[in-house]
Amino acid sequence: MTQPVLDVSNLSMRFGGLAAIDNLSFTARGDHITAIIGPNGAGKTTVFNCLTGFYRPTGGSVRVTHDNGKQFQLERMAGFEIARKARVLRTFQNIRLFAGMTALENLLVAQHTELMRASWYSVAGLLGLKPYEKATRTAMERARYWLDRVGLTAQANNPAGSLSYGLQRKLEIARAMCANPVFLCLDEPAAGLNPREDQELVEILLELKREHNIAIILIEHDMGVVMHISDHIVVLDHGACIADGTPAEIRANEKVIKAYLGQDDSEEDG
Amino acid sequence: MEFLSRACAGGAGIDYFLQQLVNGVTLGAIYGLIAIGYTMVYGIIGMINFAHGDIYMIGAFISLVGFLLMSALGITSVPIAIAGVLLFAMIFTAVYGWTVERVAYRPLRGAPRLAPLISAIGVSIVLQNYVQLAQGARVKPLQPMVQGGFTFSPGGEFHVTISILQIMIVLLTLSLMAGFTYLIQKTPLGRAQRATEQDRTMAALLGVDVDRTISATFVIGASLAAVAGLMVTLYYGVIDFYLGFVAGIKAFTAAVLGGIGSLPGAMLGGLLIGLIEAFWSGYCSIAYKDVAVFGVLVLVLIFRPTGLLGRPEVEKV
Repeated sequence: MTQPVLDVSNLSMRFGGLAAIDNLSFTARGDHITAIIGPNGAGKTTVFNCLTGFYRPTGGSVRVTHDNGKQFQLERMAGFEIARKARVLRTFQNIRLFAGMTALENLLVAQHTELMRASWYSVAGLLGLKPYEKATRTAMERARYWLDRVGLTAQANNPAGSLSYGLQRKLEIARAMCANPVFLCLDEPAAGLNPREDQELVEILLELKREHNIAIILIEHDMGVVMHISDHIVVLDHGACIADGTPAEIRANEKVIKAYLGQDDSEEDG
Repeated sequence: MEFLSRACAGGAGIDYFLQQLVNGVTLGAIYGLIAIGYTMVYGIIGMINFAHGDIYMIGAFISLVGFLLMSALGITSVPIAIAGVLLFAMIFTAVYGWTVERVAYRPLRGAPRLAPLISAIGVSIVLQNYVQLAQGARVKPLQPMVQGGFTFSPGGEFHVTISILQIMIVLLTLSLMAGFTYLIQKTPLGRAQRATEQDRTMAALLGVDVDRTISATFVIGASLAAVAGLMVTLYYGVIDFYLGFVAGIKAFTAAVLGGIGSLPGAMLGGLLIGLIEAFWSGYCSIAYKDVAVFGVLVLVLIFRPTGLLGRPEVEKV
């Protein structure tokens, strides 16, 4: 069986004269957790924005191959199609939950496509027909499962905005999971978490990879987390890839130490 | 209407008060239905759809055409005719609402806020002139179809009349609002609308087709306005191409009074505007009823700009 693959080739993103990403190529395998690291301003989030249709890249291609062989050129797809068809989902560095909706509703929005189809654009929903009820039940079960998995069952009906920071982070991951992703892009999932929450996050991510066959790509500054869970690391600096390899290789890479790891302590530029 | 001016001269007891209450609630139901369209569109794309009043006028004209069609088809049963026209008007007005969004607003999705606003005013002018050209500038009458009512005289000399039509208007409005609230709160479409309202980009990144969701908002708003148009056609018996202007602005006032963006607010605001108008006409001056309504708008904007049920706008990151 082939695994899904994300293939980024010659990706460029320019804002006027500034090249935020310059001819970047890397691949991410479906059975791996891939980390994208690099100093601030290296273009990591821009890569994510190009992957998920938030930005339209100025050059290059981003191709996702599902394990059934279907291919999707993400740079040509509208934002909602990337989630719906290519099934690439993401979270944001600054949390973007629907703060006024309950935790449960947030998870149901992520299952909009199936529910909408089953409800025949709400007609069946208003009439309370069978297929819609079945789809609702499935959606609720899935939402309940993920609420339970991230420890939010008790707060299911609380507005998402009222949850604690750590829980909001987890709810964001749960919401992305409800949309049934093949690739899950996490932008700094551990930012602002305490060590215990960090540990819980690592467990959740490893479980996603192991039990749900989700390919994860993450941006993370917490090197403890990155080195612990990644199978593959891509290091960016000034929009270009300066190293690509296993954690052990990256740790030993001269360029990386120079550009990033080594300077972290001496210069407080994070 | 003539008893209104009569009361201004004469005294007014409890029965007179009750009569104004009945009239105000009926009027408020109509305003509330239109106000929902304003508030929903504002909620989801942050623009005031100034053409919405004219969509309501279109709804009234389509209803009139519908009634003529019904009589041409030989349908004489009034309930069946009204139900048929209701469906007919909702569907066709919804098509207008959808088209307006598609043609005049969607191309301006990324534009500064002022652009769709001006586009909306343009659409309003286009719709008015289109109806004026197609239907003529004169008022169109419709024979009273629903007659009869209940009369009480709790206070003696003055009678309180609740017509069957008024009861029908209020009941229809209540059931539509209940169905609509259910749609927004419980169905996938409603959830998608609320999600789009809060964070359009994030909704799209989760697979929600944002453009289609926004279209659905316009379709729903227009079909509710069509119901209001139908009711006003039955209630007053005359319509003209300019009908949507004042009613639209009053419904907008209702939406602002209730808190623009808030659905219960629009319903409450509609009711209050209807009551203010009826009581002002009844106790003060019928000529100045519009001044009273728009005076309320001024007061709300000064003292409670977020409206009765609205929340302050949160700046999005």
